[in-house]
Amino acid sequence: MGKYLLRRLLNYAILLFIAVTLTYFLAATQLNPRGLFEVRNPPLDPASIEATLLQYNLSDRVPIMERWWTWFTAVLQGDWGYTVDGGHVNDEIARRMWVSLRLVTVGSILGIVLGVALGAWTATRQYKASDRAATFGSLLILATPILVIATILTILATKFNQATGVRMFEFVGETGDRGGYPLAGLVDRGQHLLLPTIALTLVGIASYSRIQRNLMLDTLGADYVRTARAKGLRKQRAVMKHALRTALIPTGTYFAFSVATLFTGATVTEQIFTFHGMGIYGVQAIQQQNVHGTVAVTAFAGVCTLTGAVLADIMVAILDPRVRLS
Amino acid sequence: MSLDLNPDHKVRRTQSGTVLSVQDLHVSFPSEAGPVRAVRGLSFDLAAGETMAIVGESGSGKSVTSLAIMGLHPDSARITGSIKLHGEELLGRSDAAMSKIRGNELAMIFQDPLSALTPVYTIGDQITETIQIHRNVSRAAATKQAVELLDLVGIPSPHLRVKSFPHEFSGGMRQRAMIALAIANDPDVIIADEPTTALDITIQAQVLDVLKKAQRETGAAVIMITHDLGVVAGVADRVTVMYAGRPVEQGTVDEIFYSPRMPYTIGLLGAVPRLDADVKEPLATLEGNPPSVVSLPPGCPFAPRCPMVQDNCLTIEPALAPTDKPLHTAACLYSSDIAAENRTYRDIFPIPAIPASPLERLPREERRSVLRLEQMQRHYPLMKGAVFRRRVGTVYAVDGIDLEIKEGETLGLVGESGCGKSTTILEVLNLKPPTGGTVVVFGKDVRDIGSGRERKTMRRDIQVVFQDPMASLDPRMPVFDIIAEPMGVHKVPKAEVERRVEELLSLVGLEPSHASRFPQQFSGGQRQRIGIARALALEPKLIVLDEPVSALDVSIQAGVINLLDELKAKMGLSYLFVAHDLAVVQHIADRVAVMYLGKIVEIGEVSEVFRHPTHPYTQALLSAIPIPDPHKERSRERILLKGDLPSPANPPSGCKFRTRCQRFATLSEGEQQPCLETMPELYVVGQDHHSACHYNRERQVV
Repeated sequence: MGKYLLRRLLNYAILLFIAVTLTYFLAATQLNPRGLFEVRNPPLDPASIEATLLQYNLSDRVPIMERWWTWFTAVLQGDWGYTVDGGHVNDEIARRMWVSLRLVTVGSILGIVLGVALGAWTATRQYKASDRAATFGSLLILATPILVIATILTILATKFNQATGVRMFEFVGETGDRGGYPLAGLVDRGQHLLLPTIALTLVGIASYSRIQRNLMLDTLGADYVRTARAKGLRKQRAVMKHALRTALIPTGTYFAFSVATLFTGATVTEQIFTFHGMGIYGVQAIQQQNVHGTVAVTAFAGVCTLTGAVLADIMVAILDPRVRLS
Repeated sequence: MSLDLNPDHKVRRTQSGTVLSVQDLHVSFPSEAGPVRAVRGLSFDLAAGETMAIVGESGSGKSVTSLAIMGLHPDSARITGSIKLHGEELLGRSDAAMSKIRGNELAMIFQDPLSALTPVYTIGDQITETIQIHRNVSRAAATKQAVELLDLVGIPSPHLRVKSFPHEFSGGMRQRAMIALAIANDPDVIIADEPTTALDITIQAQVLDVLKKAQRETGAAVIMITHDLGVVAGVADRVTVMYAGRPVEQGTVDEIFYSPRMPYTIGLLGAVPRLDADVKEPLATLEGNPPSVVSLPPGCPFAPRCPMVQDNCLTIEPALAPTDKPLHTAACLYSSDIAAENRTYRDIFPIPAIPASPLERLPREERRSVLRLEQMQRHYPLMKGAVFRRRVGTVYAVDGIDLEIKEGETLGLVGESGCGKSTTILEVLNLKPPTGGTVVVFGKDVRDIGSGRERKTMRRDIQVVFQDPMASLDPRMPVFDIIAEPMGVHKVPKAEVERRVEELLSLVGLEPSHASRFPQQFSGGQRQRIGIARALALEPKLIVLDEPVSALDVSIQAGVINLLDELKAKMGLSYLFVAHDLAVVQHIADRVAVMYLGKIVEIGEVSEVFRHPTHPYTQALLSAIPIPDPHKERSRERILLKGDLPSPANPPSGCKFRTRCQRFATLSEGEQQPCLETMPELYVVGQDHHSACHYNRERQVV
């Protein structure tokens, strides 16, 4: 197992190197940090522009290979570079990573747990009213852009706050005014997280319940579930122990993959609820001609995806004894 | 070992001796076309230790019956009648109440042991689960008992194997584990639904043996559901024959086999090719197909296929009535006539006269050679590694075989799965040089075929019919296009194609006007006929038949076998016939080659090889084939082979068969030396009869 994982990790390191290098070339040639200075009014001294760009290894007058080498050697020492105004990409990423983590963790875990449960349950009730209702609800959520869902949730939350007279839901950012009581900070954060978590959970439930329902339907009719019942297990228990366990294998891998990509994929949610996370940073970096920030976000997304792949591999190995690792 | 389970609370039987009593059982399912009446009026009583077989073709209601008894039928099923276990009614009980009985008093063995065991739990866990559901024992005690059960059913080193997952077991071992699972709580009734259908013939013999042993240990009554009359003859005490959801004949096994009184039973018995047949004669054919149980016309459901049909058969559905023997019942208005004249299938069913081929008059040596394999080998490399692939071994799929098929001749190729039969036919069809030796087709060495065009022209002469008639016909193509396709490939003029398709359809016994229908509108047997028509389209000289009848029901199988016989004589065809059913091979083939692990171990004329087998493997194969004759079956001594086929990637040294050989075990150490060191060559043991054993010795096994 250890050797197998090591080999996989080596493969991934090579993949990551290729992906990041290609992004670097793309960003360094297509983004134009010099333009940021050139549009200033009054115009800046070209020599000082060049000096600033050179300082941060962003000058397009330096051959691209040379810039890349400078950048790459720095990256090897853990330095992801600077923006034109001297901001350190490392600081930005280090802060935003945790913002993203706080934003998505609860939502995605709730999403998969409830989604799998709903999917498994509706599969056992195929074509009954409850199954059709769940199907309709899931499709409705999946068909609605997250932007709309978030906006509706915000409206509903406002109404709720007004109706109860308590500021239960908070809308902007991660923190707000906290009270003086113990654990106030935590409660405050929780209040701010409520809405985005509900939004992420809803989407998670909708998509996982669809996947799990189909997987479950395949295994419900399986001969081994009949065998389990023939042994004397009640229907409910046979389904839980034999059908669900087998049907969880593909969901496990899917989950491992998607959790990792959630970090950078929650851009819209971050935007609406003003969480300064990784997704927004990626978009802003491109908008602001931030070469190093763009590459760093790509690298982060790559690491996430590949971590997801490793997780998926380990998950399968644990869940499915038929996958032998040699 | 003793199976000292918990017999304290067990009621072995009611006072009348009956364990299970089924009365007037009806099962129906709603469907869009109307209710599917799967079982209609089944009754029987079962005593402890007794075995009753339910025989019938697909769709006759056998499996539905077993699920209804277990209470595992779909929720939509409507069940009426009565099912009593120890005198207590089971119908109408809740799932919770039935769960206490299932696995404890009622146990079931399913057909496909691969899909019937949960892939993600170990065999041991699945057995201990059964034990712990019904009894309050510790996990350690349950595991200990699981090991004992695995030992009882003949799993080698059970204390290690108990931790294996189902995919690590071979098919035969999985079915043994399934039996262990069924008997874990010492049940009173075991229902075995086609328990050996998915298994090789040698493994079938082992599993049936284990099943008998399990029955002895538990004293349980067994309901054996099967379509194989040979198996029935060997294991059953009593038999119920089902047709279109109805029991049509019930009696003791001797009554059913020696004096059947219902034309369907008679036809079924006449349709089975028998290993013990002395003269080759055509099989009884039951024309037509079983009716759909959705919209049954009035009258006897068998009437449309019955040669004895009279007007009143079409109006009244006969009930089971006593025949000349009081406990032997049959559902036929004319069973007394059959009894009075003691009619057999020869008197009732049309036996087609099969013309002799003009080629057969020629002595074999003077006929042209159609196919010759010379020391043909097919080895596959065993590769490892994802980036840097390297060869770590060789799979010796076919390891140097010689075969010859002359014009107008049928060669049967038999052996267990994994012995190299399929690889052999693929090499023949490939028309490309094998990894060793060569293939000579119509006198042309495949090594000398220069161009793709030449190869394509040669393909006209070799055609193939596959095992599964559904999978081998494109469901989206009408039959006309399916049969015309090979002619299109070889640029036959269009007008000619239309004429040919019509001709071919009537040749294989199908209605030419059905050419515009799609495959799913035909039954299994008819589909196989379409496959045969397609193979004949280019007027080939050699047809490779890969298990052409093994997916078909008995009554349908006979028709296809007769058709193949007839076509061979009419068109001077040669067949390479691959099958695992030796009785079919004996019926259809002129010569037979027995393969084991990529080698031919015995070859020769069919009657010579089957009557006087000298290789221990051939003897074991033949002895494993059940014969549909209860007296013979009971008195036969079965040679049970040990274990499974070794891996062709790692064959044993010397004689490849020695690890499972029953003769090897009886030899002294000195005598065993040659078996360990050298692979025996094919020694001449008779006129056109060769056998590859160091100690060839004839033994009667049929």
